[in-house]
Amino acid sequence: MLRDRWGTQTGSPSLYSPERSSAPATQPQTRTSNGLDQFFGSIRDQSNLSILDFAGASQANVSFITTLGHRIFSNDILHTLDEAFGGEGDFVANQGDRHRADFFLRESLDFPERSFDGALVWDTLQFLAPPLLQETVDRLYQILRPQSALLAFFHAEEKANQVPLYNYRIVESKTLSLTPRGQRKPAQYFNNRSLEKLFQKFHSVKFFLTRDHLREVIVRR
Amino acid sequence: MWNKRKEEEYPPKQASVPPAAANQAKENTPMSTAPAISHHSPETRGPAVIGKSVMIKGQIFSREDLTIDGEVDGAVELQEHRLTVGPHGKLQAGVKAREIVVLGTIHGNVEASDKIDIRKDAKLVGDIKTARIVIEDGAYFKGSIDIARPEIGKPAPAPQKQQTSAPASVANAAAASAPSSPSEVKR
Repeated sequence: MLRDRWGTQTGSPSLYSPERSSAPATQPQTRTSNGLDQFFGSIRDQSNLSILDFAGASQANVSFITTLGHRIFSNDILHTLDEAFGGEGDFVANQGDRHRADFFLRESLDFPERSFDGALVWDTLQFLAPPLLQETVDRLYQILRPQSALLAFFHAEEKANQVPLYNYRIVESKTLSLTPRGQRKPAQYFNNRSLEKLFQKFHSVKFFLTRDHLREVIVRR
Repeated sequence: MWNKRKEEEYPPKQASVPPAAANQAKENTPMSTAPAISHHSPETRGPAVIGKSVMIKGQIFSREDLTIDGEVDGAVELQEHRLTVGPHGKLQAGVKAREIVVLGTIHGNVEASDKIDIRKDAKLVGDIKTARIVIEDGAYFKGSIDIARPEIGKPAPAPQKQQTSAPASVANAAAASAPSSPSEVKR
């Protein structure tokens, strides 16, 4: 396992801090992302790749990825999460409902094996409760091709009750624009050890711990 | 409504003139031989429209621009023309056109030889193949996007002029009943 820790955040210093969680910002903010830089570095000089993007419909992401000569598959997974587990009852408890969980997996990850050369998962995994989380990661493993990269973000503040949700827009290979879209309680807290365990099937896991309490994780299939 | 009332209140003066005298007056008056401007001439009317209360099951082929604000279950093919799916439009269909503007909902694969424009509040679930794409913030899209790069030396397809004089107001009926009209429905 390869593990790095960088304090690299150069945008707003507290995008993910608890203070900001209590008074969420409404304006888009930009931040530097070493994880994103590593992700695009891994597919540099290649074309006609298939990239899975969980950020939903976005002109910025579509333009950036297709300009590199790749095909993008776009899905707003937070929207699918709300469809599957929202409504009556507790959002996290509802994830134990097999019928709802199957709907979520079918709507978000129903692809043939080895369909993608990269996945931009953003911060969505931290809202999944353990049994469904492992199923989702296993499914991601199946639909990714060997050597492909997966980028995921995890809130690193253990005591945070709510974390801000964002629309992630790619400005350039190392820069993201984050548009706030509310807050949500994470299903669990992740440290490096629990992330290594979560992605144990994968070839390697690389961490970038940023000053704004965010773990950027690059996982190699 | 307004025009009707005015006509009732102020009947045209010619009505009181005897027909023979009216014809004589016409013969002495110099007239232009240019055709009268019709409200439904191709230059003045908009694209054919499938209204929001119309539901079609089958295939639509069109040789002119088309706006769909109703429901279509089947296939829509405009090849060299522009398709607009209005805010009430719901398509459960494969779609092919030169340009596609989505304000409503499409479930199906979409192919545009020139451009796809997915507006705010639109919903598109399906795979897209196009040369250019515009996605407004607030649009919902789920599917893959393949950008077809135009071949070098081959110009992008140009929009064609309207070819028909069928009035837009009867386009709904024409789409369902007249196979010779530019918008054609096959069941």
